Amino acid sequence: MRHAFSEMLSGLRRNTGMTLAVIVTMWVSLSLFGAGLLAAQQVNLLKGEWYDKIEISIFLCTSAYSTGNCTGEDLTDEQRDVIRQAIETNPEVDKVYYETKAEAYENFKEVFAGTTLEESLTEDTMQDSFRVRLKDPTSYLGLKSQMSSMQGVQLFQDLHEILDPIFKWLSALQWATIVLSVLLLLAAALQISNTIRMATYTRGREIGIMRLVGASNFYIMIPFLLESLVAALVGALFAVGTLWLGWWLIIRRNAQPSLESIQWIGPQEAGFASAWVFVVAIVLSVIPTLLSSRRYLRV
Amino acid sequence: MIRFEDVSRIYDGMKRAALANINVEIAKGEFVFLVGGSGSGKSTFLKLILREFRATTGRVFVAGKNVGELPERKIPGLRREIGMVSQDFRLLPGKSVFENVAFALQVIGKSKSQIKRVVPETLELVGLGDKRDRRPDELSGGEQQRVAIARAFVNRPKIILADEPTGNLDPETSVGIMKLLDRINRADTTVVMATHDWAMVDQMRKRVIELENGHMVRDQVRGIYGARA
Repeated sequence: MRHAFSEMLSGLRRNTGMTLAVIVTMWVSLSLFGAGLLAAQQVNLLKGEWYDKIEISIFLCTSAYSTGNCTGEDLTDEQRDVIRQAIETNPEVDKVYYETKAEAYENFKEVFAGTTLEESLTEDTMQDSFRVRLKDPTSYLGLKSQMSSMQGVQLFQDLHEILDPIFKWLSALQWATIVLSVLLLLAAALQISNTIRMATYTRGREIGIMRLVGASNFYIMIPFLLESLVAALVGALFAVGTLWLGWWLIIRRNAQPSLESIQWIGPQEAGFASAWVFVVAIVLSVIPTLLSSRRYLRV
Repeated sequence: MIRFEDVSRIYDGMKRAALANINVEIAKGEFVFLVGGSGSGKSTFLKLILREFRATTGRVFVAGKNVGELPERKIPGLRREIGMVSQDFRLLPGKSVFENVAFALQVIGKSKSQIKRVVPETLELVGLGDKRDRRPDELSGGEQQRVAIARAFVNRPKIILADEPTGNLDPETSVGIMKLLDRINRADTTVVMATHDWAMVDQMRKRVIELENGHMVRDQVRGIYGARA
């Protein structure tokens, strides 16, 4: 084992240039890969949180509205009951409650307390509404078509219509990051196998003698394996450092204080991404080494 | 110790066999000269024993094992029973004489104490007891070959294969190497030596196997280089 370590060290010294190249490529590609994982987790977190909170708002007509299903008059109790019944009997609906104008105004004042907007509206400009939670928040289209033809329904609002495109873009971005990092990781793997190949040439004489005197394949290979493993792990270490620094600077220091109302990825998520970075680094250094040493170190 | 049964070896893309229908048996403790011009198949003969590749047809037995059927992971074990000496010495330039010989034991996992005991002993045997700390480039050709022989013999293999071991040496130095191989042979080690040094062969009067274009044309006990039986 001592031999393996001293061989590995001399190999790393001999191939300093290539080793540095492997480390840098690993660093960049694994950082990108980790960033992709962090982004994916952030998106999932937001998705879970927002989709969980999402409820459908069905605003009812007031005398201020005279288009569509509204006639320019306040809704009668009868009309309201018809709507309520329609909602309650819909099999998709999980929960429903009625929010009066007054409640809506209270909520509004609470949200915008202390801002100039607080005084901009009066209770009379608010609308009564039904707040509906669906069993499956993504299948809102049935209720929508039913409601949009009902007398007395001014507006059917579902946040999905606003959020879905945002999430679509976010996940496209996150996939682009991951694809890019996979390409870079592929480059890193090829670089490793190239390094091994060069190392087998520079160490050709030793390897020849080792084979001749009957050293085992494993024994011959282990310095190469350790060499690329060390390079990959150093790269991974840098990448993990970059990830944590990025997480701390971008999320902890900036995003979180300015937007406290949403959930941000924490140390747990960063740890998860870091673990994957190490796993990928190990796999990506060991596999090309095994493959290329099978090719170049044949008995 | 070594047995060839109807062995042929054809290299990829070559029409003519490098070795054709060789049948020969070399007993334990024998000393055999393998003679023939370049391209006669001497090196192929030795490489088959080392399982650097397999025979195209026929079977090669070394110490009772059919080496063609040896799984890859058992090849190192085979090679530990064989010491190989080549024309170009193949020493590691950055290592001392001692380290070069010790290397052969290190890489097969021998302990430090064992190495400390066996290596000086072997260097003494090859006559380099006083040069253990020299580098290869500080040695003469004959001395370098002695280091190579020490490395081949340090694990006390049953067989020593020598491929033109005196090919790069002057006649006087060659005699010294020859005597050394003879001494190793007397210690009950089978020695197969490929050579075209006819003076040496004539002088030693050992068994001679002659190859010509891959065919065995002579197998003579106490033979000389030139004559056909």
